[in-house]
Amino acid sequence: MMQVWHFSEMAYHPGWEFLNEGLRNVIPSRVYDPEVGADLYHRYLDEWALCDRLGLNIMVNEHHATATCTTSVCTIPMAILARETRKARLLCLGMPIGNRMDAVRVAEEYAMLDVISRGRVEMGFVKGAPFEINPANSNPAELEERFWEAHDLIVKALTSHDGPFNWEGRHYHYREVNVWPRPWQQPHPPIWMTVASPGSAARIGRKGYVIAALNTGYIHTPVVYGAYRESAAEAGIAAGPDRFAYLCIIGVGETEAEGKRRAHQILDYSRTTPRVQPQFFYPPGYSPAGPTAAMIRSPDRFIQRRDGSSFLMQDGTVEDFMAAGVAFAGTPAQVIEQVEEFARAVGGFEHLLMMGQGGFISHEDTVANLTLFSEEALPAIRGM
Amino acid sequence: MSLVLFLHGEHFTAMGGPFLDRLGAGRELHAPLHPGYDGTAPDPGFRSVDDLAYRYLDLLEELDARDATLVGASLGGWIALEMAVRDRSRIARMALLAPVGVKLSGREERDFADLPFLPEAEAARALFHDPAGWAPDLAALDEAGVEALALERQWAAWYGWKPYMHNPVLAKWLHRAAVPTLLLWGGSDGFAAPDYGRRLAACLPDARFELVPGAGHYPHIERADATADAVLAFMENA
Repeated sequence: MMQVWHFSEMAYHPGWEFLNEGLRNVIPSRVYDPEVGADLYHRYLDEWALCDRLGLNIMVNEHHATATCTTSVCTIPMAILARETRKARLLCLGMPIGNRMDAVRVAEEYAMLDVISRGRVEMGFVKGAPFEINPANSNPAELEERFWEAHDLIVKALTSHDGPFNWEGRHYHYREVNVWPRPWQQPHPPIWMTVASPGSAARIGRKGYVIAALNTGYIHTPVVYGAYRESAAEAGIAAGPDRFAYLCIIGVGETEAEGKRRAHQILDYSRTTPRVQPQFFYPPGYSPAGPTAAMIRSPDRFIQRRDGSSFLMQDGTVEDFMAAGVAFAGTPAQVIEQVEEFARAVGGFEHLLMMGQGGFISHEDTVANLTLFSEEALPAIRGM
Repeated sequence: MSLVLFLHGEHFTAMGGPFLDRLGAGRELHAPLHPGYDGTAPDPGFRSVDDLAYRYLDLLEELDARDATLVGASLGGWIALEMAVRDRSRIARMALLAPVGVKLSGREERDFADLPFLPEAEAARALFHDPAGWAPDLAALDEAGVEALALERQWAAWYGWKPYMHNPVLAKWLHRAAVPTLLLWGGSDGFAAPDYGRRLAACLPDARFELVPGAGHYPHIERADATADAVLAFMENA
């Protein structure tokens, strides 16, 4: 059964107009007005809390030093929502564990959240976007290795209940790992990871975790899902559709035009993603030399439409993003049809990560978007 | 003449040829590529400048060098300093070309420009006196050429990401690097400023500082002959 998760980056969009060439990394926080920011935080939290009543689950993430996302600590909204909600599952996608210098603290945060929410936490571990290397100052040339060491340590910390164990690894050192509380869910909350390349999808497939493809569209999604399926099968893991998640932008309205207008506004999330000085996109060693060289030569970000043609990410219209399978927009009936067609084309998934808020869309429009979606599209989408 | 061990810098390794030709003429020259730069994947446990220093101390022992000359460019100069503070018994002299590796300023100042996060054009200006003449034209290079540069950047990060291009404790052991040392510095070095070089010279027991005009951070690339002249003259006399 398809589950739907509402995601927002808690953007500080009022600052965007003052920050032309880049919205990340080097932008001065004097642009941020804490009074406006407080209203925005409460607004976004209200929209997530609404999901609990609408039958939607909740997804948060984190980014650093950016006006595109003011969730700089993902477990803070998780903590608020763990108490404000009753039914919704709470997904953090995710925690950049290779950039967090204290892995045991991550285990403690997740464990505490899991107990307070009475077992509603979904535990995302992500490598983090390339521009996250700069604020974290983590060594990009060994990020992959640090990520997996953190993963091993966190999982062991959450599943060891007989007193402390010792950890003297390459990146983490603890005399006595002894996490209290232990998590509500046994052996630990479900693990999710995001993927961009077939190589990382294959590695996650061997673990059987949920993989999330983010805005990868018609062309790239089947590639990463396929790599996952293949390696899961080799590891003897039956990878059902509940192992696959897809993040997209959704705008619904009473009319097609209204749904598209909402999607168009939310899509500023996508259009602002590449607004960062190019060098932050390719820290040395973050990706293999081939893809890094391609970024050095041409830092422009293109999105591929289903027909193979492409457009510049920051210039895409709502129709462009729809043609790519990144946005689904229109009336509820149209969105149901679009999601169904996409899921069929990429081989099926049971987690629809819906960006129902983003950019300059108003609170009223966001509430209408989420409410109309849950009342008129969710029942049919659940049954997919 | 005793052997010369050249320790290359973090970037543009392939451009050091003309300088090495001068340095090697009539001398026993060893110019190994650091692990990673040599096309191999270093052992996962091999990832610090300490490791490189011990590797090259081992090499001097294998070669049974008696009075070796270490010539090191930037990262290579840092490696030479780490070698000398550990064991200078086989090292007769060092000619270091804008070496990095020693933290001299306060915690809120940088001794070294943050190359990985500078725009490409600005990084080129930091590294070269004449970037238009010397910095590789990224738009004109083929894929393999840019990939080679990307790999060098990857290994520079591997060895020198954090602390950035330095060893926080090296400064306090520099008194052990008690061999005649020439510090050659490009007058237009925007990566490690000449003033940093002057202060570093003052921290070393037996060092002389000399500017190479018309060069940036890699004087052996941009002014190969002038740099070779200075190094060879120093070798004659030190």
